[in-house]
Amino acid sequence: MTTEPCLVLDRVSKRFGSLSVLEDVSITIRSGERCGIIGPNGAGKSTLFNIIAGELPLTRGTVRFLGHDVTRVSAHTRARRGLARTFQTTTLFPRLTVIENLVLALQAHSAERFAMFVPRRRYRARDEAARALLERVGLGARAEALADALGYGEKRQVEILLALAQRPKLLLLDEPTAGLAPSDASLVTEMLKREHGGLTMVLIEHDMGVVFDVVDRLTVLHYGRVVADGPVETIRGDATVQEIYLGGAL
Amino acid sequence: MTLRRAQDDGAQRRRWVVAAAGGFVVALLLPRLGVPTFYVSLLTQTWIFAIVAMSLDLLVGFTGLVNFSQAALFGVGAYAVAIAATRFHLTAFAPVMALGIVSAMLTAAIFGLVALRSEGVGFIIITIALNEIVWGLAYQWVSVSGGDNGITGIVRPHVGPFDVSANTGYYYVCLAFFAISLLLLLLIVRSPFGLVLKGVRETPRRMRALGYNVWLYRYLALTISGGFAGVAGVLFAWYNQFVGPVALSLDQSTQILIMVILGGIGTLYGQVFGVLVVVFLSNELSAVTQRWEMVLGVVYFAVVMYAPGGLVKLVPQLWRRLLGRRPALATEEP
Repeated sequence: MTTEPCLVLDRVSKRFGSLSVLEDVSITIRSGERCGIIGPNGAGKSTLFNIIAGELPLTRGTVRFLGHDVTRVSAHTRARRGLARTFQTTTLFPRLTVIENLVLALQAHSAERFAMFVPRRRYRARDEAARALLERVGLGARAEALADALGYGEKRQVEILLALAQRPKLLLLDEPTAGLAPSDASLVTEMLKREHGGLTMVLIEHDMGVVFDVVDRLTVLHYGRVVADGPVETIRGDATVQEIYLGGAL
Repeated sequence: MTLRRAQDDGAQRRRWVVAAAGGFVVALLLPRLGVPTFYVSLLTQTWIFAIVAMSLDLLVGFTGLVNFSQAALFGVGAYAVAIAATRFHLTAFAPVMALGIVSAMLTAAIFGLVALRSEGVGFIIITIALNEIVWGLAYQWVSVSGGDNGITGIVRPHVGPFDVSANTGYYYVCLAFFAISLLLLLLIVRSPFGLVLKGVRETPRRMRALGYNVWLYRYLALTISGGFAGVAGVLFAWYNQFVGPVALSLDQSTQILIMVILGGIGTLYGQVFGVLVVVFLSNELSAVTQRWEMVLGVVYFAVVMYAPGGLVKLVPQLWRRLLGRRPALATEEP
C-alpha cells in the first residue's frame, strides 16, 4: 500500500572533533529489503548504526524512518516506533535470567511495564511467550539460567532473540556472527533466514558467507563514504570493492 | 525439570515466609520480654533507619543509582514535621506523615531533574552537592530551620486512639511502618516495573534499544525512594523530638549507604542486619571507647572483604555451619 521507504538516510555526516567518520552517506532502504553493509574496519559501519538507532547525534543530514523525520528523536522512541537493533559486543542483562531478559523485550510496549504493585507472577502469559520464543531456537532448557551463564553462541542467539521479540519493522544487526564458531554461526544464519514475512533488515557483517546467504543488497562503506551500492551479484563483481578488500590492503 | 524448579522455589519461598513471620513475632514480643528501655529505643531506631536504608537499596541495588543525597530526603521529612509543628501548629499524625512523604518526594523529584542529567560518577557527585545544598539551607536559614540549634519541642502525636508517646508504644509505630515499607518495596521490586528497574541497573543501553525511557524509570525510582526516606524522616523527628542539621548531613548519607552495603545490596530485608550492626555497635562502642569509629571501620572493612554479599548472605552460611551441614556448592542467585 505505502510506497514510503522504510529508512532514508539523506547526506548523513558525523564528525568526532576534526575526525570525519561519515561523509554524506545517503542510503534508502525499502520495506522488506535485506541490506548488508560491508567495509573494512573503521569504515564507520557501527557509527552509522548508532546514528540510525538514535544513540549518537549526527553532525549533518537527516534520518527518516517509516515516513517520519526522526533525526532528533530519542533512541527509545525510535525503538517504540519499530526499530530494533543488536550490538556487536553482546549486550544482555547479565544478572537476570534468560526468561527475564526476553520478558523485558516483550513487555517494552505494554502498559504493564508501569505496574508497580502487582507481582510478576500475575503476568504468566508474558513468561509463556518468552519461553515459546526460546523453544523456537532450542534454548528452552536455559530459560532459568542467568544470562551471564550462557555460552557465547547462546548469548549471540539471545541477543538476536531480544531484538526479534520487539516485533520490529526494521532490524539492525551489528555483526551477529562475530567470534562464533562456524557451527554456531550457521545457527544464527538459520535464525535470520527463518524470519520471512518482509522483515526489513540491515546487517553489518565481515563474514561474506553470512552476507551472501542472508542479504539481497549490499552497500559498501569506505572511510565514511558509500563507494558502492546495489544487488549482491553486481557488488560482488565490482572492481572498486575488490580493490578495497583485496588490492587496497596490499 | 521446570516443575521441579517450581517446587524448589515454592519450598524456598515458604522458608522465607516462615523466617520473616518468626522475625516479626519476635520483634512484636521484644518490648514485652523485659528488654531494657534503652534497647527498645535502639531497636526503634533500627526500624526507622531500616526504612531509609531500604529506600536507598531500591536505588543502589535495583536501579543502579548510587545516591548520596538520601539523608537530605530523610531530613526533609524530619524538618517537615518540625516546621509543621512549630510554625503551623500542625501535629496530627496522618496529615504530618502525608506532608513529610510529599515534601521528601517533591525534593527527590527536583533532585532528579538535576542529577539524572548525568549517570555513574557524575550522578554521585551531583547528589553529594545536592545533599550539601539542603544541609546548607538547614544550617543557615535560621529563621525557618533554627540553624545549628535545630528545632526542639516536637511531640509524638496520637495514632488514632493510641497514645504512643511512651517508648514502647512508639516502638510499635515504627515497627508497623517498617513492615509496611518492606512489603511495599518487595512488591515493587517483584513487579513488572521492578524488572524494568533491574534492566536499567544491568544494561541501560539495551533498555533504550528496547524502547524504554531509561531516564523516566530512574526518575520514578528516585521519587518513590524519596517517599520512603520521608517516612523514615518523619518517624525520626518524632523519635528524637528534635531535628538538627546533622540528620541530613553528608555523613548521614554515607552512613545510610554503609548500612545498605553491610546488610546486602539488592536484598531489601538484608538492610535490617546492616542497620542493627551500625546502630548497636555505634551506641555500645561509644560508651566503651572514644575510638569507636575506628572499630566500626574495621567491621565495615571485614564485611566488605569477607562477606561481600552483605551480612544477610552470612547468616544462612553461619546457620548451616552451626547445623554442621556443608555449605551449598551453588552460589545463591541474587
